[in-house]
Amino acid sequence: MNAIGQPRQFCALGGQQTVAAIERALPIIHAGPGCSNKIFGALAHCNGFQGSGYAGGNAIPSTNATETEVVFGGEQRLREVIDGALQVMDGDLFVVLTGCTADLVGDDVPAVVAEYRRRGAPILHVSTGGFKGYANWGHEQVVLAIIDQLLEPAPRQERLVNVWSVLPYQDPFWAGNLQALGDLLRSIGLTPNLLFGHASGGIAAWRKIPAAALNLVVSPWPGLDVAQRLEDRFGTPWLHQPVLPIGAVETSAFLRAVGTFAHIDVEPVVEREEARFYHYLDRSADFFLEMRWDLPSRFSCVADSFYSIGASRFLANELGLLPGPQFVTDNPPEEHQATLRALFETLPGKPAVHFTQDSGQIADVLRAAADADHHPLILGSSWDRDLARELDGFHLSVSLPANNRLVLDRAYAGYAGGLRLMEDIYTGILAKY
Amino acid sequence: MTNHDPAFNPNITSVPVREARLGSVVAYEGTAADLARRSRDGSLRERPRTFTEAGSCASSCAICLLSLIPDAAVVNHAPLGCAGDFTQFNAVNRFGRVKRGLPPANAHLLSTNLRENEAVFGGLARLEETVREAHARFAPKAIFITASCTSAITGEDSDSVAEKLEREFGIPIATVACEGFRSRLWTTGFDAAYHAILRKIVKPPRERHPEKINVVTFWGEDVFDDLFTPLGLKANPIVPFAPIDEIARISEAGATVQICSTLGTYLAAGLEERYGVPEVKAPPPYGLSGMDAWMRALGRTVGRQAEVEKVVARERERTAGELAGLRRELKGVRAYVAAGSVHGHSIRAVLGELGIEVVGSSFWHHDPVFDHRDAAADSLLHVVHNYGDTPVSICNKQVYQVVNQLRRLRPDVFIVRHPGMAVWGGKLGIPTFLVEDEHFGLGYRGLLRYGRKIADAVSNPAFFRHLARHTRLPYTDWWFAQRSSAFLGEER
Ligand code: SF4
Repeated sequence: MNAIGQPRQFCALGGQQTVAAIERALPIIHAGPGCSNKIFGALAHCNGFQGSGYAGGNAIPSTNATETEVVFGGEQRLREVIDGALQVMDGDLFVVLTGCTADLVGDDVPAVVAEYRRRGAPILHVSTGGFKGYANWGHEQVVLAIIDQLLEPAPRQERLVNVWSVLPYQDPFWAGNLQALGDLLRSIGLTPNLLFGHASGGIAAWRKIPAAALNLVVSPWPGLDVAQRLEDRFGTPWLHQPVLPIGAVETSAFLRAVGTFAHIDVEPVVEREEARFYHYLDRSADFFLEMRWDLPSRFSCVADSFYSIGASRFLANELGLLPGPQFVTDNPPEEHQATLRALFETLPGKPAVHFTQDSGQIADVLRAAADADHHPLILGSSWDRDLARELDGFHLSVSLPANNRLVLDRAYAGYAGGLRLMEDIYTGILAKY
Repeated sequence: MTNHDPAFNPNITSVPVREARLGSVVAYEGTAADLARRSRDGSLRERPRTFTEAGSCASSCAICLLSLIPDAAVVNHAPLGCAGDFTQFNAVNRFGRVKRGLPPANAHLLSTNLRENEAVFGGLARLEETVREAHARFAPKAIFITASCTSAITGEDSDSVAEKLEREFGIPIATVACEGFRSRLWTTGFDAAYHAILRKIVKPPRERHPEKINVVTFWGEDVFDDLFTPLGLKANPIVPFAPIDEIARISEAGATVQICSTLGTYLAAGLEERYGVPEVKAPPPYGLSGMDAWMRALGRTVGRQAEVEKVVARERERTAGELAGLRRELKGVRAYVAAGSVHGHSIRAVLGELGIEVVGSSFWHHDPVFDHRDAAADSLLHVVHNYGDTPVSICNKQVYQVVNQLRRLRPDVFIVRHPGMAVWGGKLGIPTFLVEDEHFGLGYRGLLRYGRKIADAVSNPAFFRHLARHTRLPYTDWWFAQRSSAFLGEER
């Protein structure tokens, strides 16, 4: 089945939000008139009400292709818009992203962009026609384009670590999560290069990528190609941590893995942070023990790879809940699916894992798994509210699209992130009564 | 523009785009009086805009309208990015249902999820599979297949799939020609949706219901019973939240009224032409003058003049005191309005009625005429006559143009109706608000509601002050030294 109801991934043009997440970088969209707005709506507005920011939303330059460009080609229109953008928009880097029309018509965008680069304009291009891939693929294309078209070798800085983790905007909590990962790395004496979000340094930070001593991929699979490309070009070693660490068990394991790699003794930090984390768990143990009778007995993650793995391990291995069917909604390529399955298999009860973003299939499986005596907990997107209600269960939006939550800088990664996730899940449960 | 072809031709599957049908434009810089005059004498021409920011597309308008029909399903024949607004439209659907007393429910939307393979080798098999899935999953009474740039460029015959499955399922299945590149006017998407409805859903009248009045609306609150009941009329809001069987019978109504001709021009004209349901040709029902004219035109159309006069007199009297107070309170307030075409004129009328000075206005596009061609419904002419001339920019929601003007004009309040535009006034520190519900300012009571809203908006600018102090606009100083029309070329 290929049709998709209630999409959770959208298309490659989603890379526009990756550009928008880099300080003072601006996307230029070479596509139909509605594409940019639809992507902004899907990945930003309807996903935690992340807004226009510095130059996103309706301010994004776009060629808004008409019949003329489709029939006769759109290269001239693209030049007009680039000319205008370079005069009107105040930015350090411009990234031209193509949509379906330009990629189907076959405009020679690299050639047009090259004209401007020859004149010294800070501009790149990336092909993100929507039919070519999903939003996470588009994100990666943007990152690879910047690496290929902008970066030069730089002298190594010993403690500098590039962080490749949750995807900007696509994860509604990306901004907080990246800050949390950055804080963790700083706490063990490393210098994180977060690349996206507030105070991440903009283009100067991107130019430092080749100087890093390590590319840290804190991700089930997105970002692996990036790390490989950086190793090929700059010889930078990389470390893969497939689990987005949420709560004490996973965060301590994460810190130890990084510590081993970087020859840092992380035990003092682990000890301090675990003491803090378990202090709060201990203080609220009454709640967890006395309210157990009505707490969810099975949980299902209906989320992208980051949260389906990260949250399910937290709920199972930290909180002792039991997993029901699990869903991975961001279309991991075949070659990564086995690794993901293996990560689920170590959970108690070895839950079944489904790779789909279609709500029809998800609903069929969850209905079949329903048990009248139990309340399921669904960690999913805002699409899943009705199903949770139908199954007399509980629900929290953690994954794209989350349009029933306002997200500012909330983080679920790290020790504190685990506490936040507990607060949100159980506050939601209490609010039901 | 006197002799014109009928608006609605049931034998074609693609609705003619607005630029061809109505001469609509997305670029103009001048004044309301000049724009109104040039719209009437036929001399209005498009000006090319070389630098452009993100627009919207027809597919959004079509999908939005159609997905609000509770027992229909929409199949978006497109890559998954075109389904980017499914989340938003679903929210609109849930919210709107609750407003109308229905339980919240997810909209019946599916994407064919076209990938590289279909873009190259064709997507008809995928389309058929998805329409079948929509039928099985939602058991709809009708299915709409909305086109996309990709499905249109590959140029396959979606109608063949629609016809085949229509026979098999025994329900109407309509294709909707709303691919984004076809029209510079995203509102063409409304017309495309109505074209499909007129072709496939609406049935010839079996009986007449003169008391039933079609009200072409979006998702706003149902405010019509109050107005219509004293006239012995029954409001029939269409098409959002109306079931297919009800839409099939809108041909039996006594008249069609518009809240916003930008939205409903094509449907209302089609109903009049094809089924003799008269369209009430009047300015939109905002501000006292607009509301009076709208009510009186309705009264004339359905033969209820005397009753209308009573309602008009009663409502005017009821609102007079509070209105006078609001006018005193709002005296000296300078406003800038930015909204879709006719709704923008409506807000402009409300402001005029409240005695607020309108220092500038941006409307996203302009239709020089509507499908019926009748000047009685010319909303721009109406505001010029009643409230005077105003600077007007037709800007296709180009933020860089609007910000350029706002920064120069520094109004006391920025009034917006379109998501994603309000923030740019806020960043300048200008008290800004957006009223999503298009019925909020409607009629006599709406005028007061709107006035109070403005008074509130200007009374505590704390949020805007902080925002302006800590934000930076993405535009160069060079740009702020230019005229806002600097990237508009000569008329063509
Ligand atoms: S590809 Fe075309 S139909 Fe799809 S969102 Fe873009 S402009 Fe609209």
